[in-house]
Amino acid sequence: MRKWVIFGLILAALSGCAKKEDVIKIGEFGGLTGSTATFGISTKNGIDMATEELNAAGGLLGKKVQVIVEDDRSLAEEAASAVKKLVTQDKVVAVLGEVASSRSLAGAPICQENKIPMVTPSSTNPKVTEIGDYIFRVCFIDPFQGEAMAKFAFDNLKVKKAAIFKDSKNDYSVGLAQYFAETFQKLGGQIVAEESYFEGDQDFKAQLTSIKGKKPEAIFIPGYYTEVGLIARQARELGLNIPLLGGDGWDSPKLTEIATIKKPGDALKDCYFSNHYAADDPNPVIQDFIKKYQAKYNEVPDAMAVLGYDAANILYDAIKRAGSTEGAKIRDALAQTKDFPGVAGSTTIDSARNARKPLVVLKIAEGGKYEYTATVNP
Amino acid sequence: MQEFLQQLVNGVSWGSIYALIALGYTMVYGVLQLINFAHGDVFMLGAFFGYYFSRWTKIAQEPTLLGFFATLFFAMAACALVGIIIERAAYKPLRARPRLTVLITAIGVSLLLENGGQLVFGADPKFFPSLIPESRLYESASLVVSNLPVIILTVSIALMLLLRFIVMKTTIGKAMRAVAFNREAASLMGINTNNVISFTFLLGSALAGAGGILVALTYPKIDPLMGLLPGLKAFVAAVLGGIGNIPGAVLGAMILGVSETMVAGYISSTLRDAIAFALLVVILLVKPTGLLGSRVGEKV
Amino acid sequence: MKRLLTFIGLFVLILLANRFLPEVIDSYYIHLLTLSCINIILAVSLNLINGTTGQFSLGHAGFMAVGGYTSATLTYYLGPKLVLALDFLPAVLAKNFVFLLALLGGGLSAALLGLLVGIPSLRLRGDYLAIVTLGMGEIVRVLILNVEAIGGARGFSGIPAYTNLFWLISLTALTIAAVTSLTNSSHGRAFLSVREDEIAAEAMGINTTYYKVTAFVIGAFFAGVAGCLFGHYLQLLHPNSFTFIKSFEIIIMIIVGGLGSIFGSVIAAVILTLLPEALRYLGPVKDWRMVIYSLALIVLMLTRPQGLFGTWQPDFRRWWPFKKLKPVS
Repeated sequence: MRKWVIFGLILAALSGCAKKEDVIKIGEFGGLTGSTATFGISTKNGIDMATEELNAAGGLLGKKVQVIVEDDRSLAEEAASAVKKLVTQDKVVAVLGEVASSRSLAGAPICQENKIPMVTPSSTNPKVTEIGDYIFRVCFIDPFQGEAMAKFAFDNLKVKKAAIFKDSKNDYSVGLAQYFAETFQKLGGQIVAEESYFEGDQDFKAQLTSIKGKKPEAIFIPGYYTEVGLIARQARELGLNIPLLGGDGWDSPKLTEIATIKKPGDALKDCYFSNHYAADDPNPVIQDFIKKYQAKYNEVPDAMAVLGYDAANILYDAIKRAGSTEGAKIRDALAQTKDFPGVAGSTTIDSARNARKPLVVLKIAEGGKYEYTATVNP
Repeated sequence: MQEFLQQLVNGVSWGSIYALIALGYTMVYGVLQLINFAHGDVFMLGAFFGYYFSRWTKIAQEPTLLGFFATLFFAMAACALVGIIIERAAYKPLRARPRLTVLITAIGVSLLLENGGQLVFGADPKFFPSLIPESRLYESASLVVSNLPVIILTVSIALMLLLRFIVMKTTIGKAMRAVAFNREAASLMGINTNNVISFTFLLGSALAGAGGILVALTYPKIDPLMGLLPGLKAFVAAVLGGIGNIPGAVLGAMILGVSETMVAGYISSTLRDAIAFALLVVILLVKPTGLLGSRVGEKV
Repeated sequence: MKRLLTFIGLFVLILLANRFLPEVIDSYYIHLLTLSCINIILAVSLNLINGTTGQFSLGHAGFMAVGGYTSATLTYYLGPKLVLALDFLPAVLAKNFVFLLALLGGGLSAALLGLLVGIPSLRLRGDYLAIVTLGMGEIVRVLILNVEAIGGARGFSGIPAYTNLFWLISLTALTIAAVTSLTNSSHGRAFLSVREDEIAAEAMGINTTYYKVTAFVIGAFFAGVAGCLFGHYLQLLHPNSFTFIKSFEIIIMIIVGGLGSIFGSVIAAVILTLLPEALRYLGPVKDWRMVIYSLALIVLMLTRPQGLFGTWQPDFRRWWPFKKLKPVS
């Protein structure tokens, strides 16, 4: 009984001491622990950087911005708890998050119901923004990236027989694979094998051996760098020396580090993936971002950090244009976002509240360097 | 045919990784009847100890065979220490308690190591240095055998034989078997059961540490949650072989590894985990104490 | 007569709570109440299998998943048609009638799986049974991942939000009442005897097979109901929510509360639901939330190995308005 009383008192004390400060509160929910923590943390780094820059430049509407971060342990039900807390307890004016579409889908109805705008940096499932008119995203949706890579493989690489190796636990990967297959077949290509793995797997040799037996000319692996590095190593180990193709989930300095057998990144040499930006692009927005990110976190930014940074900046820009922290006004301003110069390309929000922006195809060259190869416009 | 052989090689090398982890599980279980859920996380710690040690001593930059053994030894020693600390701090006070209580503590320790690991090491995956460079032992158009799986398999079998020797031929092994058979009677016979149990944890954790290093060599992506799934599967393998039985653990691990690979290669890669577990259910229904386990007569 | 009046009174009370509670209490606390209720149902039903009958099951998340997905399939695919067919009823009634069917469907499908899992328990003991139930749970999850019609890996979204306080409170009460009265009946003594000594129980003429399978079926039924409430609250089901870790969480609840104590399970379910949320208010050390949670678990087990309440069970029968149950000595 005593434990209960103490527990209640702590809870009461904590909820009672919420201070009223002159700040604009923004909520962020993400998987800072659990199975996909590495993406949650990168996103948070990007958002933190955008917020610091904003506050250093004087903040928003004359106030400082405070981002309240809640962890959801990479679970959908915890995401609902986190968003509920942010919206009803912290009274945030807008919400940023999540990486995984399933968690965004759990949080979005709560934002929609409370008329709090939500911007997801990297949830690609088309259903997320269909939840309602307060839900936005700043990344590509699955069809665009899958189609672009299929066209690139067929037209530029002249591949006629491709295999797909997808992460069937990950909706991003499943979505990309589906649209890649549809487009590739429409173009006249042939999908000779479709295998899958689960995120967190370490051994992929069984599936790769099976793919090898079907003799494809390229393999599309829409997954995250955490597994792709190992897949590339094991493919080469099995003597499977064909180009591997992927999406923005590949973008991380860790990718080529893991895919190193003798020389840096040699397991992925002459492979291609689609991304938001090319690091060798002279555009000052990009160069500036990379330099500052490296100075702050001592590592090269990955795609999640870039999208987190852009999502926060697009939201702040909308609040500035709205001139108010009212949900409906921020929503209207977000919906009018046009040609926003983000690191991940010039972003326009369309009528379905999805981002329209170009993607670039990068080639992994000698020494694990990414080389700009092509731009695809929506 | 060649593809089948390749799949067999893949399966055996994956199974030998399960075997390395399963050995530790089965030993602790044999002596304490405790499912040490933290075992998979000690395995993860082994990989991280090796990672930091090899970077700190600059072995990672210039790998030598000596450096590899130094790293392996360091990881094993550090894991053994962690194992003893876990046993003394979290399990020993509950020795007289129902097994379920200790099981929950074990889950608690496992959660602590995973969540603590994410904070201390960071959640992002790390690249484990190639301490032993990969090379091909056999290569043809459709069959490739590289050195690392062979090393792992050899090490697991050697460790199994060593363990078998310790348990069957040495004094401490005899004491371990006595404690496993009946802890109270063993203690009445003048065996220091606490020391025996600590020794078991030392051995089991050192094995997990070695497993962490060897696995990280083949699959050089290490992260704080890497022990979760292999840990669970290794436990399944240990049960499959008859938990508490050392050759059983290796046999169970091989069956699990090969069947998972075959299912992924020939049936459906998405059904892999389901079929592995279905196989387990079927085997246990036919032989309820595992393949090599013996049924202990029930006392009324 | 008195019994009927009490029931009507309770019914009206819950209806009133359903109507007015959300207006008085902040929706965040309603959210926590919802999660607590779902966890109470899970913990109490698992307690029947693990605590009372002593069958070590690690597959509760699997039962929950089956119940959740079955009921969501019903409401998502058949629900709209049923509501149309029931247009002679007021919309609220029609909706809740559909939900009742979904709850029953979810519960029964989970109970069927419970029957399937209960059968191996005739041959398997202890850890072997544990691992088979764990395997069943994982098989269920992998199968769900492979069915595109229920969302597969992307998760099942667009489930109607039917869960409300009325169903939550009444089903939580029903679960507690059902499991309590089952435990306190002569059946309950039979469950206990299976836990204490199977061979002796068999010798006393107790059909241990029957009781073991019954425990699995009833436990699974309520877990399925919990899954249904969960899915229709979140409006989303995802296979990742039903890993073996979820089963562990429920086991932790019943052990922290005290194995065999239903009261303990209820309290522990509430505490363990609120604890991670309360730890969100830690401020600067918020990153350590889950570390503190796991440390708290270890310390609790070391200091109170029998759980918070041991096997202590408050004598609610004093307030029970119906048939007086005689305590079995």
